[in-house]
Amino acid sequence: MNRFAMIGQRMTQAIPSIIGIIIVTFLLTRALPGDPAVYFAGPAADEQSIAEVRAALGLDKSLPEQFWLYLGDLVRGDLGVSISTGRPVIEELATRLPASLELTLVALIFAIGTALPLGILAATRPNTWIDHLCRVVVTAGVSLPVFFTGLFFVYIFYYIADLAPSPLGRIDIYFIAPDHVTGFFLIDSLIAGDFETFRAAFAQIILPAVSMGVFVLAPLARMTRASMLQALGSDYIRTAQASGLSRSKVLFAYAFRNALLPILTTLGMVFSFMLGANVLVEKVFAWPGIGSYAVNALIVSDFAAVQGFVLSMAILFVVINLAIDVLYTIVDPRIGMEG
Amino acid sequence: MTDTSDIPLLAIKDLTVEFKTRSGVVEALHEVGFEVHKREMVGVVGESGSGKSVTAYTVMGILDRAGRATGGSANFGGFEMIGARERDLRELRGREASMIFQSPRTALNPIRKVGAQIEDVLLQHTQVHHRDVKQKAIDLLAQVRILRPEQRYHAYPYELSGGMCQRVMIAIALACEPALLIADEPTTGLDVTTQKATMDIVRDLTSARNMAAILITHDLGLAARYCQRIVVMQSGEVVESAPTDVLFSDPQHPYTKKLIQATPRPDSRLEDLSDVAKDDERVSAATASTELEVEGEAPPLLEVRGLVKEYPLHETAERRRVMDRILRPNLTPSPSVFRAVDAIDFVVGSGESVGLVGESGCGKSTTSSMVTRLLDPTEGTILFDGEDIGAIPARKFARHPLRAAIQMVFQDPTESLNPRFSAFDAIAEPLRRLGAPMDRTSLAHTIEELATMVGLPTELLTRFPHQLSGGQKARVGIARAIALRPKLLILDEPTSALDVSVQAVVLLLLDRLRRELGMTYIFVSHDLNVVRLLCDRVIVMNEGRIVETGKASELLTNPKEDYTRALVEAIPHFGQSEGMPTLEGSVA
Repeated sequence: MNRFAMIGQRMTQAIPSIIGIIIVTFLLTRALPGDPAVYFAGPAADEQSIAEVRAALGLDKSLPEQFWLYLGDLVRGDLGVSISTGRPVIEELATRLPASLELTLVALIFAIGTALPLGILAATRPNTWIDHLCRVVVTAGVSLPVFFTGLFFVYIFYYIADLAPSPLGRIDIYFIAPDHVTGFFLIDSLIAGDFETFRAAFAQIILPAVSMGVFVLAPLARMTRASMLQALGSDYIRTAQASGLSRSKVLFAYAFRNALLPILTTLGMVFSFMLGANVLVEKVFAWPGIGSYAVNALIVSDFAAVQGFVLSMAILFVVINLAIDVLYTIVDPRIGMEG
Repeated sequence: MTDTSDIPLLAIKDLTVEFKTRSGVVEALHEVGFEVHKREMVGVVGESGSGKSVTAYTVMGILDRAGRATGGSANFGGFEMIGARERDLRELRGREASMIFQSPRTALNPIRKVGAQIEDVLLQHTQVHHRDVKQKAIDLLAQVRILRPEQRYHAYPYELSGGMCQRVMIAIALACEPALLIADEPTTGLDVTTQKATMDIVRDLTSARNMAAILITHDLGLAARYCQRIVVMQSGEVVESAPTDVLFSDPQHPYTKKLIQATPRPDSRLEDLSDVAKDDERVSAATASTELEVEGEAPPLLEVRGLVKEYPLHETAERRRVMDRILRPNLTPSPSVFRAVDAIDFVVGSGESVGLVGESGCGKSTTSSMVTRLLDPTEGTILFDGEDIGAIPARKFARHPLRAAIQMVFQDPTESLNPRFSAFDAIAEPLRRLGAPMDRTSLAHTIEELATMVGLPTELLTRFPHQLSGGQKARVGIARAIALRPKLLILDEPTSALDVSVQAVVLLLLDRLRRELGMTYIFVSHDLNVVRLLCDRVIVMNEGRIVETGKASELLTNPKEDYTRALVEAIPHFGQSEGMPTLEGSVA
């Protein structure tokens, strides 16, 4: 089977997962405690007005009927209206999801940019100061909770050193958000050619991204070190050395390419984890992301919003896993070829 | 051919290497010295732990971090290799001196095309211009006799056989036309015919380029066939060094004599090995030579009829076949299954010892797995003592009463023992599962008896596999297999992972146990010389079919089929004509 067929096949395998996600999110939100109709009708409502609200929300229909309507709405791109804000859920997601994704991606880039060199250096020089440094960073990273590092950074860089802007949202209040193209302020401002805004957005994102990145840096650095050590101990490295290949060639073309596979797996897991861990960072930095939105919605039984959130996150998970699998087949020619 | 008058290409002198381990500093090499001249192939032989590979790695400067040369020198064409700067060594490696290794599949980068790996070396040492590098790589593949080199250039190592991978390794090693090639166990794990093909390429290419070569091997026969001079190493020291014919006709050192004695040859008999095992295995030559006269007339214990094992081919092949049938109905359909074992029949008499021989992929292991009832046959019957055990699913056979009657000794003594089980538990396991219930003391007694029977000191019973030597682990594996007094014992390459002297001991042990316990053996092996020592009859398999069957002594000296002859001729051996050395009580 050639590689493209493999990738195609892997993509079709994602379809059942998405169908499953739609069913489960629907059922899950219906199983939430609390009656949305009672909440929406307000504290002064009587039996009748609650029943009216229930009928208006379609909650008086049977579950299969509700599901059918839900499916129809999904096809039209309608995720319902948020009870608490009164705005369509899809609109809210469209502005908040890019904010969270931007934060996550910047954090991930920071984590990869630090963890991989650290892990590689530690693996090539075991039991030297760089190896010990790697170990300290890894331990610190996993043992400090995200909200702590977040608050700590705010205290140091904003309150004491005054290097960072106030930790309130995606961009300083003196700036206007760039025109919406991708929803990523960093990219949109570059598209608009507005470097001032870019700088402002970047200054704003750096602290939350780093506090998030520090946490996921640990598993990445660990895995990089371990799989690099394993790769460096393999027979083909000995061959490469015996052939007199240069150090960089041995390290990157031979060892790192082979060590990449477990790192990719870890990357997929870390990314998924970050999407979930967003909430804490978003709360600390008042980041208008999807995580804080979901928490608010959950507290007030805003089922349309929760449903939309869970659905979009689940689809994101599927897409990430798909991307990791595709990367895997690109890195390793052996996948799907044997047996 | 050998020119010894000029200065040696490589002169190793008093080389001492130490390894830092958790239990202190260990001396791996002690004042090792030998010379390699231009246009000669020198064999370095010895058993595991003798330091032959460490010597090569030290000279090349690719020793582990834990190892360090503490003394001596290695002068390579006027350049001192020991203590040289890494940058200079790197320049030298691959261009002036190169290496090929054991297990070629893992020695190649698994996710890089073989052509690219050859190019890496060429470009590193700037041997060719970027423009011509691809053509040069393809030329090299052609030189190591790889067919369709243009296509193979794009292959990944996993798409090639072990023999092919070793040829690619040779191409990499010879790419820059070095003056010295060090081959470290280059054919271990390869079939004998592949071994011959590979070594012939090494010999032809090195002599065509006036190169010197060092062949590191545990196989005396291989060294004898290809080397002009042989250096024998034992526990980090060179014990003897002599021209090949002198070494075999007049070995000086007792260890050399022991090695020669322990290596099975086409004309050696089991009692020849017994001298080697004097201390370990008290088998007098007299008992070993009394042949059990069991041949055709013995009642059959095992009868295999029309045994077939099929495996489905790859999914896409299956799909293509279906498409073919739809699009081109006139075409004869290509087979959708691969027949690993293709309708074979054979009979094993009670008390007989039958060898099952063939190269990898011939179906011998599949056959033995089916007879052991670890694998279900696709078709055919396996009659054991008159009962069709082939009809019992492998899943259920583990609880069948006949499970105790058919036992197996596995290939790798380390891998086949549970690392968390002590020797005692490993031997007790089958007794606890399948044996008659017994109390703690009688179990302990039985196990001590078994240990004594296989020559395992009873004080070692509390040890775990990693605390035992290879030979001791092999004994545990054998004790476990005979614990239930099986009628049929299937031995799957039981000695291929062992050093020759240990192999000799284990072979003698197996032979003695068969006599004492009246067992029937099926001995699966690729090593014809070993098979001949232990077996009355030999079955030769190729591509899932039986090629030839016959008495061991006749079949191996006078094979009728071409395939068998090719197998027999590919085995490297020594000293058929010269008088064999005598051992006058000098064995250590």
